[in-house]
Amino acid sequence: MAVVPMKKVLILGLKKERKHILEFLQRQEVLEITDEVAEDDLLKKMDVSASQAVFLRNAGQAEQALLVLDKYVPEKKGMLDSFAGRTLLTLEEYENLACRHGEIMKTASKILALSRTLGDCRGAIPKLHQELDALSPWQSLDLPLDFAGTKETAAFIGSLPKTYTSDSLAQALSERTDAELCLSLVSSSKIQTCIFILCKKQDVPSVEKALKELNFQKPILSSQVPALRKEEIEQELSTLEERIHSLEQEIISLGKIREDLKFVMDYYTMRAEKYQVLNSLSQSKNAFFITGFVPAKKASSLEKMLSDRYDAFVEVTDPGEDEEVPILLHNHFLAEPAESIVESYSLPGKGELDPTAVMAPFYYLLFGLMLSDAAYGLIMIFGCLYVIRKYKNLEPGMKKTLKLFLFCGISTTFWGFMFGSFFGDAVNVIATTFFNRPDIRLAPLWFEPISFPMKMLVFSFAFGIVHLFAGLGVKLYVLVKSGHLADGIYDVVFWYLLVGGAVIYMLTMPMFTEMLGLTFTLPAPVGILSAAAALIGLVGIIFTSGRESKNWGKRILKGLYGAYGVTSYLSDILSYSRLLALGLATSVISTVFNQLGSMLGSSIPGIILFLLVFVIGHGLNLAINALGAYVHTNRLQFVEFFGKFYDGGGKKFNPFAIHTKHYKIKEDI
Amino acid sequence: MEIMENLGVLLALLGAVLAALVAGIGSAVGVGMSGEAAAGVVTEDPTLFSKVLVLQLLPGTQGIYGLLIGFVTLTQIGIMGGSSEISIIKGLLYLVACLPMAFVGYKSAIRQARASVASIGLVAKRPDQFGKAMIFPAMVETYAILALLISILAIFGIQGLPV
Repeated sequence: MAVVPMKKVLILGLKKERKHILEFLQRQEVLEITDEVAEDDLLKKMDVSASQAVFLRNAGQAEQALLVLDKYVPEKKGMLDSFAGRTLLTLEEYENLACRHGEIMKTASKILALSRTLGDCRGAIPKLHQELDALSPWQSLDLPLDFAGTKETAAFIGSLPKTYTSDSLAQALSERTDAELCLSLVSSSKIQTCIFILCKKQDVPSVEKALKELNFQKPILSSQVPALRKEEIEQELSTLEERIHSLEQEIISLGKIREDLKFVMDYYTMRAEKYQVLNSLSQSKNAFFITGFVPAKKASSLEKMLSDRYDAFVEVTDPGEDEEVPILLHNHFLAEPAESIVESYSLPGKGELDPTAVMAPFYYLLFGLMLSDAAYGLIMIFGCLYVIRKYKNLEPGMKKTLKLFLFCGISTTFWGFMFGSFFGDAVNVIATTFFNRPDIRLAPLWFEPISFPMKMLVFSFAFGIVHLFAGLGVKLYVLVKSGHLADGIYDVVFWYLLVGGAVIYMLTMPMFTEMLGLTFTLPAPVGILSAAAALIGLVGIIFTSGRESKNWGKRILKGLYGAYGVTSYLSDILSYSRLLALGLATSVISTVFNQLGSMLGSSIPGIILFLLVFVIGHGLNLAINALGAYVHTNRLQFVEFFGKFYDGGGKKFNPFAIHTKHYKIKEDI
Repeated sequence: MEIMENLGVLLALLGAVLAALVAGIGSAVGVGMSGEAAAGVVTEDPTLFSKVLVLQLLPGTQGIYGLLIGFVTLTQIGIMGGSSEISIIKGLLYLVACLPMAFVGYKSAIRQARASVASIGLVAKRPDQFGKAMIFPAMVETYAILALLISILAIFGIQGLPV
């Protein structure tokens, strides 16, 4: 299978059933809605963006309330729980919960209000503490701070930014004024001295002047006696603490509504999505139209369900030639995981083949060649299997990714055993260090790339040529199938002849085979044959690759430029040397860690060091090299392989569906 | 003149150290640069963390290749155990063999980091284009891989030379 064929549907329904039909379609997730029926006098579009905004706001509120709950009643989550998919709800459960949405929203608002009050209370505390600090030097004063004096006297209450004793202060003042003063020191510290001065009313100006010279400052006025005010503030603080505690308790007591909140958040997201569709529907007074694309396989059952359940007219047609049909891929179970890789490049454009099935096996093989360690492969296999087994309702995308790495892991294990790598040379290092048996080692089934780098390099190039030729093969297949046999010969067969011929010709030259460390050299007659093939290919390319030009001069020039493309084949093939480089990187770094770990030899600290270095080192190596293998496998697929035949540019099938975070609802057709 | 007697191993060690050192510096600068860009994106959208992390790590491989060349050279010249009697010519050959990895590793890591930074910007605006964003920095790495290849083939080749 490849690209799923699509049908167009037109649904004509009655307005009174609009809600049910839309909800039904949304749950089915098979229809991509297109906006095609134009507005006229009869058919109007409805503007429901206001209600849509309300739904989105409600969803936002529920999400905020969830965040508040997460803060006070954290949800217990395992390390792997982020893999767990959305909970599946039956239609009945959904209806029951949906009836309660108003009530749940009220609780959500309550949680938000509680959290706001809580914030206010918390905000008030520092202010009170500040006031308490300001009051503390005035504790021994038994008058309010704004006391100004009596009928005959004037009072000055305030602080001087310097340390004084009663004597030094009396002296400092008597130097500046000769008024009669009653002076008392309230408190004194390193940074300030708080004083209380009483003088006769007529002496006020001169005392004021003297005090100003000493940088006298009045405190924040308060009509209460400081000690009393302090008690009051402390009272207030303890009430606040109590209130905060009770508010927190109240929020915690609401913790069990978390699941409801999650539901209501999803519920409003769904409704907003539905209203988005509603916005684009053309409606008359009693009827409405929906147009869209549906996978051909589902078309008839959708038609049947709709016309059975509702008074709706459904018309299924084939999409027109020039219409842009959305792309949905469907592949057998081995190739399916690689769909996401194709998608991240580009989905097949109009009339293009889905390359997933051809590309998937190469993907697994290339990944395995680059990581090439049996132990790492086994870790990947069991990790992915464990998660797939444990979480039954994984999201489809996540499941695909896990399966992709599962298959890549199998291939990694295979190549790991071929090249004799199990945590690098761990088997040999452990046997040598702890059991004194340097003769035990994991023998490679084929050869060790680190001992025979040239052999690995040649293998990489050979694998690359197969990969590139497979890409060209797909191009040939597409061209022949679409009836362009001549183009197939010009653009593919000539290149096969040129590149294949040149490669075989090189194998007949002893200079090359020696350099590559091959044990054989092809006989001379083969060389003549292959040279002839390459020549035919070359001439063919020169004459045909500029074939859209009528002018022969131009055509030959374009042809020569086309033949220059052989350099790109050279660089493409050389590019596969990364198979050797990344494979060596994995094994050399494992070797480094194994050696580091075994430095202290066979002793108790030695074993501890070995375990420590082993776990951390190999964890790191696996992470870095799996990333490298992933990136470079993608590169080989996207640049070298897809470059030969694939353009992409298709639009993804994006059905009207439930895009929620926590729950999904599904009824089968 | 002890130093003259051991000059061979000294030169070879210089090569090994240069590969790890220079390529390592390049990767450190590169990963640092792209890390700054990645952190900026995560402040805006924490869900993009895993994607920008991948892009940040891409210029890190040159340092690993440098380590690889350094380590292979160390084992070849017997510093990791065994005898370390290397003639001056051989030592010089090892030094020269390490140079492609050192120089290309250094420059390509920094250039790759710049491509990574641009790709991080791309992912920040269009997270769905991650697959393509990853390819641009990976193109630069090709040249580090080619340098690694030449260095490693040369180092393995020197061992058998009768000098």
